[in-house]
Amino acid sequence: MQRIGVFVCWCGSNIAGTVDVEKVASSVAGEPGVVFTTNYQYMCSEGGQGMIRRAIKEHGLTGIVVCSCSPRMHEATFRKTAQAAGLNPYMVEIANIREQCSWIHKDKDEGTEKAVILAKAAIAKLNLNKPLTAGESNVTKRALVIGGGIAGIQTALDIADAGYEVDIVEKSPTIGGRMAQLDKTFPTLDCAACILTPKMVDAAASDKINLYTYSEVEAVSGFVGNFKVKIKKKPRYVNSELCSGCGVCTEKCPSRKAPNEFNMGLNNRGAIYIPFAQAIPNVPVIDPEQCIKLKTGKCGLCEKNCTAKAIDFTQKEEIIEREYGAIVAATGYRPISLENFDEFGYAHNKDVITSLELERLMNAAGPTKGVLLRPSDGEHPHEIVFIQCVGSRDTSGCGKPYCSKICCMYTAKHAMMIRDKYPDTKVHVFYIDVRTPGKNFDEFYRRAVEEYGVDYIKGMVGKVAEKDGKLLVQGSDLISNEQVHIEADLVVLAAAIEPDPSVRNIATMLTASIDTNNFLTEAHPKLRPVESPTAGVFLSGVCQGPKDIPETVAQASAAAAKVIGLLSKDKLTGNPCVAHSDELLCNGCSQCACVCPYGAIDYIDKEVNDHGKREVRRIASVNEAVCQGCGACTVTCPSGAMDLKGFTTRQIMAEVDAICR
Amino acid sequence: MTYSYYPGCTLKTKAKDLDRYARLSAEALGVTLEEIEDWQCCGAVYPMALDEIATKLSAVRALDSAKRSGRDLLTLCSACHHVIKRVNNDMLTNDDIRLKANNYLKLDSVYAGETKVVHYLEMLRDTVGFDKIRAAVKNPLKGRRIAAYYGCLLLRPAGVMQFDNPENPTILEDFIKAIGAEPVITPYRNECCGGYTVLEDKKIAERRSGMVIGSAAAKGADTVITACPLCLYNLEANAHGEGAPVVKYFTELLAEALGVK
Repeated sequence: MQRIGVFVCWCGSNIAGTVDVEKVASSVAGEPGVVFTTNYQYMCSEGGQGMIRRAIKEHGLTGIVVCSCSPRMHEATFRKTAQAAGLNPYMVEIANIREQCSWIHKDKDEGTEKAVILAKAAIAKLNLNKPLTAGESNVTKRALVIGGGIAGIQTALDIADAGYEVDIVEKSPTIGGRMAQLDKTFPTLDCAACILTPKMVDAAASDKINLYTYSEVEAVSGFVGNFKVKIKKKPRYVNSELCSGCGVCTEKCPSRKAPNEFNMGLNNRGAIYIPFAQAIPNVPVIDPEQCIKLKTGKCGLCEKNCTAKAIDFTQKEEIIEREYGAIVAATGYRPISLENFDEFGYAHNKDVITSLELERLMNAAGPTKGVLLRPSDGEHPHEIVFIQCVGSRDTSGCGKPYCSKICCMYTAKHAMMIRDKYPDTKVHVFYIDVRTPGKNFDEFYRRAVEEYGVDYIKGMVGKVAEKDGKLLVQGSDLISNEQVHIEADLVVLAAAIEPDPSVRNIATMLTASIDTNNFLTEAHPKLRPVESPTAGVFLSGVCQGPKDIPETVAQASAAAAKVIGLLSKDKLTGNPCVAHSDELLCNGCSQCACVCPYGAIDYIDKEVNDHGKREVRRIASVNEAVCQGCGACTVTCPSGAMDLKGFTTRQIMAEVDAICR
Repeated sequence: MTYSYYPGCTLKTKAKDLDRYARLSAEALGVTLEEIEDWQCCGAVYPMALDEIATKLSAVRALDSAKRSGRDLLTLCSACHHVIKRVNNDMLTNDDIRLKANNYLKLDSVYAGETKVVHYLEMLRDTVGFDKIRAAVKNPLKGRRIAAYYGCLLLRPAGVMQFDNPENPTILEDFIKAIGAEPVITPYRNECCGGYTVLEDKKIAERRSGMVIGSAAAKGADTVITACPLCLYNLEANAHGEGAPVVKYFTELLAEALGVK
């Protein structure tokens, strides 16, 4: 017979506001096994935990029920408390009387009645609990970072700095990501390339970092500490070992119709190309959709002109298999498509551009060599209108409901830089709110308004129409309550950002959850912001939510710290709540193995003693290091042989009985 | 394919061409339009007042008539389509309006938005198909530069009308391509022509229609097409001038291309 203590938490007024905690404690005092009950304001506090420890010792408790918040929140806390007082941590049950009870009930009598029932169910289960001991598994001391932008680079550099091996998988031909496309960075206006490219070089030079560029993650299996990953290396058609990076091939290539992705399609590139001058690796790649040789068999000019004999049209896709202890998602973002916002005329007017396109137009390495010229006629624009929140904070369903967070600041940067370089140019900015919550951000925005005379107009634009080479911008000024008409030469749209679409596939492979906007979900919005709910998977950069560069780098380093903490362990304690099969009941039908999502079930031939009858039978055997305790096998097993430790069928039926009593 | 057809008052008076060419073209394309019996004016303007039931009733009668014949209800005039489609949405989604309208009309069975309301252009796109129209064209309008003018009523509110992307519609441009002409995209194709403000303040209508016609002329369009009698009136009456493109109903050009004009 167990000796059970029941501890009812008020959680301030969170629980006590709609649940009579005294009554819950007294109502369960007569339940089987219960020898002690009490209630306390904050059971998770030092005082509350001390009360539990003392009660375990004074009353000789063999198990405890804590009626409090969700086990997701504090089950681990109370298990540690029990362990400190000498109990097995799996002799702790949580009755969730907060999220599933006090928060959803308004009537105190109803809430109390339900809390009593939930407590009784937990007591009934605890009466059947057995002490469990967790197994251990090894840790592969190597990390995988998916995405080679500033987030992935920083995470990899920090992990490598701690002495661990780390691989970066980047789907495009070079690392660098979006930051490599930017001209200057707010709020200090240092050039993006000047601060990014040294980090790219460091990543390439580090003997701990291995770059898989032009590669994608193909499949992920395993679990924390022991992931197995297949990486698909797409054919570059250029031998990286032989290539000297001279770039002659890129000049000789006669196929010049492909839009240059790095310049946001503002000019074209060859079929063989290096995305930008500081690309890493500095090895060209052949686009098979554009290459004349690969499409028709004729041409091969690059091959003829390559003195290093590095061109190799026979290269094939390669699959590499590696093992990792931890995985970091750093998959980044892209600007949204503007097809739902044609009131701004983006599809029909060359001089309506996105902010990322403007970055390329302002960049010395861009299509105009840094001279601000209109895409339509190559003339200097003298009147420029910026439109903010294009698709951000959108409630119509055409765009995104969230704030993209970076647009207010980069628009102030663009406006200021244009006024600085071309003082004869008038600059207007239409905005909903100007949001500047960052270090030195508001000062930066005020400089744009006060020193550089940028015309900020509170209101949105309803129409951009082209007339005689000008763009007629019709908007509203909410402060003067007037319609505004501006004849602009260039219109710049601050398009909302969204997670890179590759994230969906990657989330599925990692069993990491994503929210309705396709951002990866963190394990806790405040307290575990860089961990995914899936153990061993971490989040870095915009894949988790919109961020600027300083925030991205901070999060990247935080993710690295979590990875280093994990890789520094030699053994990981597993979850003892795993499946096991009763060898006398198992008939070896294989149904459990078919439903197991982790491949944790094998079959062995074993001699069993069935009531004195000895025979060799084919029975299920669970690999406890791989089993995640999901319970799919236990509900599938037709003979009732499979059971889950800590959640046995008997325990669950006892809970149901207690609820129905 | 047979549709219950709701022509509306204007198509019997000022916009006879819109109706006549639609019927001729439908026949040529193998679509039967069966005019519903005893239809009444749709109300012309969708009543925004929540307690305004009476002006919705004639639309409900037309919708119920199509329901009883088991057919989709085909409309042509933009204004009628707008009113009937929105009233149908009310009957489907608004319990209060549905209850009061049914209480008043005392129909044989309760009408609850069952009828599908289809605009003539949607019929061309979804039932006949622009590819089939292209094949049926006898006199392709080669060399004609035509600007589509959508106006407001077909496109908005987009959630109810579900006609096309309200900011970047393509259905009329696809139609223009199907009849062998070249579509000219103008920035004001989905802006208001001035509508009924022409009765109160002619200047507003002149300015709005002037923008529409002016931008079409600047882009080198020879013709502007519309599905709306009021748009046609405003564009013609308020935006005259040298070199201005002619304004036609889209059905007239369809009939011309199909060789039934």
